[in-house]
Amino acid sequence: MSKEKVTCTIALAGQPNVGKSTVFNMLTGLNQHVGNWPGKTVEQKTGLYMHDGQVIRLVDLPGTYSLTANSEEERIARDFLLRERPDVVVVIVNAAALERNLYLVAELLSMPVRVVVGVNMMDVAGQAGIHVETHVLQAALGVPVVPLVASRKQGVSELIDAALRLVKNPDDFAPNRPGIHAEHRPVLAEICSLLSGKIPLYPEDWTAIKLLEGDVEITEMVRGSAPEDWERIHALLKQHEDAYLDVAGGRYEWIGRMVRAAIIKPKPGAISLTDRLDKIATHPFWGLVLLLGIFGLVFWLTYTAAMPVVSWLDTKVISSIAESVRQVLAPAPAWLTSLLVDGLIGGAGTVLTFVPILVVFFAVLGLLEDVGYLARSAYVMDRFMHWMGLHGRSFLPLCIGFGCNVPAVMGARIVEERRARLLTILLAPLVPCSARIAVIAFLAPAFFGKNAALVTWGLVVGNLVLLLLVGMAINRGVFRGARSAFIMEMPLYHLPNARTIGLYVWYKTGAFIKKAGGIILLASAIVWLLAYLPGGEIEGSLLARFGRWLEPAGRWLGLGDWRLMVALLSSFVAKENTIATLGVLYGSEANLGLAEQVARTLTPAAALAFLVVQMTFIPCAATVAVIKQETASWKWTAFSVGLLLVISFGAAVIVYQLARVLGWGV
Amino acid sequence: MRLRSKCKNLEELGQSQPGQTPLSSLKPGERGVVVGPSGGRGLMCRMVSLGFTSGVEVTVVQNFGRGPMIVTVRDTQIALGRGEALKVLVEAL
Repeated sequence: MSKEKVTCTIALAGQPNVGKSTVFNMLTGLNQHVGNWPGKTVEQKTGLYMHDGQVIRLVDLPGTYSLTANSEEERIARDFLLRERPDVVVVIVNAAALERNLYLVAELLSMPVRVVVGVNMMDVAGQAGIHVETHVLQAALGVPVVPLVASRKQGVSELIDAALRLVKNPDDFAPNRPGIHAEHRPVLAEICSLLSGKIPLYPEDWTAIKLLEGDVEITEMVRGSAPEDWERIHALLKQHEDAYLDVAGGRYEWIGRMVRAAIIKPKPGAISLTDRLDKIATHPFWGLVLLLGIFGLVFWLTYTAAMPVVSWLDTKVISSIAESVRQVLAPAPAWLTSLLVDGLIGGAGTVLTFVPILVVFFAVLGLLEDVGYLARSAYVMDRFMHWMGLHGRSFLPLCIGFGCNVPAVMGARIVEERRARLLTILLAPLVPCSARIAVIAFLAPAFFGKNAALVTWGLVVGNLVLLLLVGMAINRGVFRGARSAFIMEMPLYHLPNARTIGLYVWYKTGAFIKKAGGIILLASAIVWLLAYLPGGEIEGSLLARFGRWLEPAGRWLGLGDWRLMVALLSSFVAKENTIATLGVLYGSEANLGLAEQVARTLTPAAALAFLVVQMTFIPCAATVAVIKQETASWKWTAFSVGLLLVISFGAAVIVYQLARVLGWGV
Repeated sequence: MRLRSKCKNLEELGQSQPGQTPLSSLKPGERGVVVGPSGGRGLMCRMVSLGFTSGVEVTVVQNFGRGPMIVTVRDTQIALGRGEALKVLVEAL
């Protein structure tokens, strides 16, 4: 299906938790393009769908409750509608919460777009005793209304038929549009006349309503487009400052009239399945127990299901590829073999070994989200996240960080508010990832013998305390103690849809390989080059020279040996590289393991400092790359790296000096 | 005790009339009618788009006296932070 044959564009709109992505996935399947909206960090999904020989382009708008510029998502959705003018907007609403869902429909109907409504989750609503008469709603709204059970493919094709009928006969669209309270009509008319002819891109009556609603973006736009009339408009708005509540109230009154005859509700007092499950899932104590249990299960699944695949990939696939390349390239110059085998295949191996962990992780996350549990876990953790000025949602990406920091940073997208999202991204690298824990687990027994478990436990706990302290400090110092509002819908629980979860895993993992993969490969090649040039021996290489240059700084934390500094620096490519680099630098000595060799050169205080600095050192290249991608800012990326550099060296120096005072320095 | 002192603070600010109380002071199962949200504009726009408008009936589903709470408004369960629930004034039914 090529792009040139696209006959029309349909935008898919809807509030969160209405099954919009199920509809989108059903129609487009693997014909999706997942990227970002131009210049934004909000995900953009477009797809192609064949219907009766026509190629339809579907654009999945971000899920939003309204179209006032409260969030990036809302701005994106309405800018798309106003600038790109799709042929039809299909709005998906949830039958179980019809009135609130129609709020978005009310907003859309005052815009210059043609609308078709799909009432989804008719089955879920039916179980809750709610029945929606779609033909009655259609007569009231004056727009096509189609009943749907998207998870069972019911009604989706009728929905597209209705949309295409509207594309073919655009003049048939005669909706019942929501009005505005009588007392505000004169001011609305006056603003409209003042705006007349000055804002070519925007419809005047819609703009006037947005001005009354106090929409920041539209206010700025009008101030710039009609400077000579701004004073008059501003004065009018000042007089009607409370109008925004009336505008919203008016929309709900209109909705009340629309649904009056179309909806049958259950008797009050009926206890639903969701109520019963929530007795546990949202309980301050049992909810926490359940949450810890679920995340314990996620770790267990990751280690039992993903880790064997990871080590199989590492020992069988990657090393056999490396071996055959080595054989094929036997006649080639040594540097070429080294670049391909040590640099590129090593780097690709690192990327590949991430994949099984991410697949397991995204599958569980997708399942929890689809069922409706994720909102509950955020609710339970809300109290604790408040200490850092964050709220419940930020807990989810941070928890993911134990597996790998890369999806943790990407996962911060679920935090809507920009400031809280940024703080979550800055804190994510402070969660000890599985690669870092592996390095500690390798070195600690040689360094500390019987106390290794205690030291490892202490390092992980200390790391999390550090995260809490850094979070509180950044919140107070950089964000001036601001606290974001916690308002979140708790969707009804429902059965998961395998297709939705499968496509979620497919596109999320694909995004990781595309974004982080190239970066790790490039970083691997660069580090290889630094370790190879100029003489081909690591001892005399640029990397070693840099390590020697850092020796004086290393003495502060007892690490006066350049080899340790180089091992630390190489962890920038991937955290487990520390071990590989130590292996190269210390060489092999008979009858003595690598960790023991390193241990012999270090005092206990220096060994502890090395583990501390290794644990909290700057994030790996892939994490830095996604931090750049997600913050869309070099400044914040540099801040993150600089912050962790200061924290890791600061913590290591303090630990080393304290340990020396305690007499561990010999 | 803590709740009562917070209510008192609101009254001192002149934001509350007799018979009106913050949503956060209702117990599970209790109902109230929203009389007026009183927070900043950005927060209120979000609350309004989730259904919290004057005159709407709210039922408290969960409230343990501290931490966030859950309410039902317009057939939807909404989780609200304590601070947000304190800014929604209701007339208890």
